[in-house]
Amino acid sequence: SNVKEDNPASLGIRAQSLSVFAYVSVYVMVKVFQAADATDLVTELRRSFDDGVTRGYEWRVTQLKKLLLICDNHEPEIVSALHDDLGKPELESSVYEVALLRNSINLAVKQLKDWMAPDKVAKTSLTTFPASAEIVYEPLGVVLVISAWNYPFLLSIDPVIGAISAGNAVVLKPSELAPASSSLLAKLLEQYLDSSAVRVVEGAVTETTLLLEQKWDKIFYTGSSRIGRIIMMAAAKHLTPVVLELGGKSPVVIDSDTNLKITAKRIIAGKWGCNNGQACISPDYILTTKEFSPKVIDALKQELEAFYGKNPMESKDMSRIVNSNHFDRLSKMLEEKEVSDKIVYGGQKNRDKLKIAPTILVDVPLDSQIMSEEIFGPLLPIITLNNLEECFDVIRSRPKPLAAYLFTQNQKLKERFALTVSAGGIVVNDIAVHLAVPTLPFGGVGESGMGSYHGKFSFDAFSHKKAVLYKSFIGDAAIRYPPYSTGKLRLLKALVNSNILEIFRVILGLS
Amino acid sequence: LSWDSQLNICSDSLSLSLSLSPVNPGCFLRKRVRLSAMAKVFEAADASNLMTELRMSFDAGVTRGYEWRVSQLKKLLVICDNHEPEIVSALHDDLGKPELESSVYEVALLRNSIKLALKQLKNWMAPDKAKTSLTTFPASAEIVSEPLGVVLVISAWNYPFLLSIDPVIGAISAGNAVVLKPSELAPASSSLLAKLLEQYLDPSAVRVIEGAVTETTLLLEQKWDKIFYTGSSKIGRIIMMAAAKHLIPVVLELGGKSPVVIDSDTNLKITVKRIIAGKWGCNNGQACISPDYILTTKEYAPKVIDAMKQELEAFYGKNPMESKDMSRIVNSNHFDRLSKILEEKEVSDKIVYGGQKNRDNLKIAPTILLDVPLDSLIMSEEIFGPLLPILTLNNLEECFDVIRSRPKPLAAYLFTQNQKLKERFAMTVSAGGIVVNDIAVHLSLPTLPFGGVGESGMGSYHGKFSFDAFSHKKAVLYKSFIGDAAIRYPPYSRGKLRLLKALVNSNLVEI
Repeated sequence: SNVKEDNPASLGIRAQSLSVFAYVSVYVMVKVFQAADATDLVTELRRSFDDGVTRGYEWRVTQLKKLLLICDNHEPEIVSALHDDLGKPELESSVYEVALLRNSINLAVKQLKDWMAPDKVAKTSLTTFPASAEIVYEPLGVVLVISAWNYPFLLSIDPVIGAISAGNAVVLKPSELAPASSSLLAKLLEQYLDSSAVRVVEGAVTETTLLLEQKWDKIFYTGSSRIGRIIMMAAAKHLTPVVLELGGKSPVVIDSDTNLKITAKRIIAGKWGCNNGQACISPDYILTTKEFSPKVIDALKQELEAFYGKNPMESKDMSRIVNSNHFDRLSKMLEEKEVSDKIVYGGQKNRDKLKIAPTILVDVPLDSQIMSEEIFGPLLPIITLNNLEECFDVIRSRPKPLAAYLFTQNQKLKERFALTVSAGGIVVNDIAVHLAVPTLPFGGVGESGMGSYHGKFSFDAFSHKKAVLYKSFIGDAAIRYPPYSTGKLRLLKALVNSNILEIFRVILGLS
Repeated sequence: LSWDSQLNICSDSLSLSLSLSPVNPGCFLRKRVRLSAMAKVFEAADASNLMTELRMSFDAGVTRGYEWRVSQLKKLLVICDNHEPEIVSALHDDLGKPELESSVYEVALLRNSIKLALKQLKNWMAPDKAKTSLTTFPASAEIVSEPLGVVLVISAWNYPFLLSIDPVIGAISAGNAVVLKPSELAPASSSLLAKLLEQYLDPSAVRVIEGAVTETTLLLEQKWDKIFYTGSSKIGRIIMMAAAKHLIPVVLELGGKSPVVIDSDTNLKITVKRIIAGKWGCNNGQACISPDYILTTKEYAPKVIDAMKQELEAFYGKNPMESKDMSRIVNSNHFDRLSKILEEKEVSDKIVYGGQKNRDNLKIAPTILLDVPLDSLIMSEEIFGPLLPILTLNNLEECFDVIRSRPKPLAAYLFTQNQKLKERFAMTVSAGGIVVNDIAVHLSLPTLPFGGVGESGMGSYHGKFSFDAFSHKKAVLYKSFIGDAAIRYPPYSRGKLRLLKALVNSNLVEI
């Protein structure tokens, strides 16, 4: 049967060699994880946090180094689980999940002392003199990370790196739609990390709902906008702050002055080369001029064949579609009236193998399904414009996406795009690579999410920035205190406005 | 949307307090008429028209340029400069607030805030350059601060000008269109704010909506790009839940019970003066960072009480009920709430100073209590009034557990000369902000983020934090077509995999 994220009734698993093992463990899980378990879990972790287990530098570094060990010692198993769950090619698993995680951990280990140190606030104004002030980074407490199925290791461990660096106890809920990965994550984290403060809870809607009823100090969710709303609403009951890493339709604008060969290669690598289009920052649709569009299509066809051969359905270098539910969703999109006849490349499908060939369409109706929801698959519509200028209105008329891309050599166009197109992030002349730059905050805006992470932003996402002001008993100004008088009022106003001249005037009785 | 009974009582008591108000009996009829006129004017269609209009202004670019933002900020400065007497008068009508408090703690602070924004705006608006690594070479990266769009600021009744205009300063600096909903519990201030902002600011992008629950509910149904709320934790939940429906990010500036720990080595005279100034001298205890209760040793408590009695008399005289240097209680609803807190069994007999009440004048004398039960009302909810319980401990050490066992407050205070104690307090007590050896003054330091954690809120503002609160930090990565590495592209091979991994891990030797 099909496993839907939002179907509370079905916990069925597809018939695969994995199914019996998985079924038994799920059955055991259902018996194991109930309301009392959720409460006990949080109570236990809160006790660990209150005892100070997670606060020290040593503990955090130890946990991070254990995560590194997981990456170093278990890469083949990770690659294998990702292949089971998604048909993900080894290169993608090794590079876009494990290697990126290694980077993330290494950076955190290197920078942690820096990140943990309070920020001195250099100037204290005349108003609060004499004083010193700083911003102290404090862990929030016990946090929940809910991960997604498409990059199950990256999207689980990267936020956990942030949570641990910042000194929190953390519960990870991996996606049940990638069961081998979920199971391996549970096994490895339990084996290597401090289970008094870091836990994995496997499960689906029921378990997630039970977790969401608890009072967390932060919830970090990666997934769809629809579920994002549900998460935020549950969080609101406890005033729990959230980071929501959602999705959207990331547009790619192609200018006719671009280097077309490299443009096409980068788009293909960013789309089909990243989990076969099933990624939050996948190029969703292309915008280019009517005039340039045939060249774009030809370039894409040429490079697609160079990458995946004449029979892309046979290529081992692409993930498959994750499950039959998504396969049917994508099929339906393709088969829609006025859409199916716009296919100019690809379109082949195989439900048994859960494969859909790289497919390009031209000028589908703007209100078609494929142009209304995030595609999250190997279909790439091209929308042609009379004038490239129109791309700004097209993009602006739609919900804000997680990423927006532009390929051009026109400096003015680059600047205008970067300044006026509102998206989580913008990349000019490439696809997706901004997520590998730890000095850039990675997150959405509007429908594509709130909050951000990566690098120090991960540490900040799981910290409370606490203002601390130290004052002295010296220099206690009587003017603050009642009974009030006009003189006191004038002096105090002058002081607050740091109006030195006025201060002297009042003191000298000249005002 | 169901509002809690407290809000309903507030609405009812609005008409009740208006009829009872000894301050402006003649106002009653006028205000009543205006309220019903407002009820006729602002309906569902009005809320969505308002949103449409502001969004059109924003999309047309009205608010984006530096000049517009500066001109609006300067107009706010003109309001402060030209209308201070009216502001002082409105605050006196609504709260009985003394002129010194209105002038210094509302108007002067606002002037500071506006001037800082004017001085720093160019800096704040400029993108932040970000460093890139070998992985994405060659590239350049930056973080662009982008306005969110059309934002909603919901203000509170206790500092109606400060808490309305300070967030609006942030919204405007960041280039947003903004709607302000002042609190109806301070009607003269609400009305003056509406009049002045309409008179001075650009109505195509800055608007004030007056009203109560009905109007606020209608506003909350719209799709804002941010909601900034100041008020109670209870309503904060409602706001966040409404925001969740549209994935609207929020800043919630809430409250809590801010503890004051007094060490026996402190300078007692100054300590006590600062506590009194910070409590009764700030809107008579009706402030979000008001000292709520004191923690000190059994041994030291008598000295604390004596010192407080002495300074209270110095400040407010032998008949504090007659003193003009304190705000009154805002309305009879809150008066009754505070009376009830005082009259509770096992609490009323713990009064060691004050306790006098006058419902007609809405006055309660500065009241100190000693060792009330920990589960009494006065120790369960935020007091927000002129009552100050002192809890005694055997050992000052116990204060950490007492504070930790309660919801995280907006502020926590410590008076001591013990350096180690200061450091330990600052590091381990979790609150929005910490002040050592003074009360409340951290909010006037623009380099410190002002906001809560846990029950006391999420997000922060003041200074650049205000600008950031209303901005989207958009990552922008510019890549070149030069140096296009074939190793990224399928078909994948062992060699490509190894090289790519080495590159991502910046492993030069391996490369």
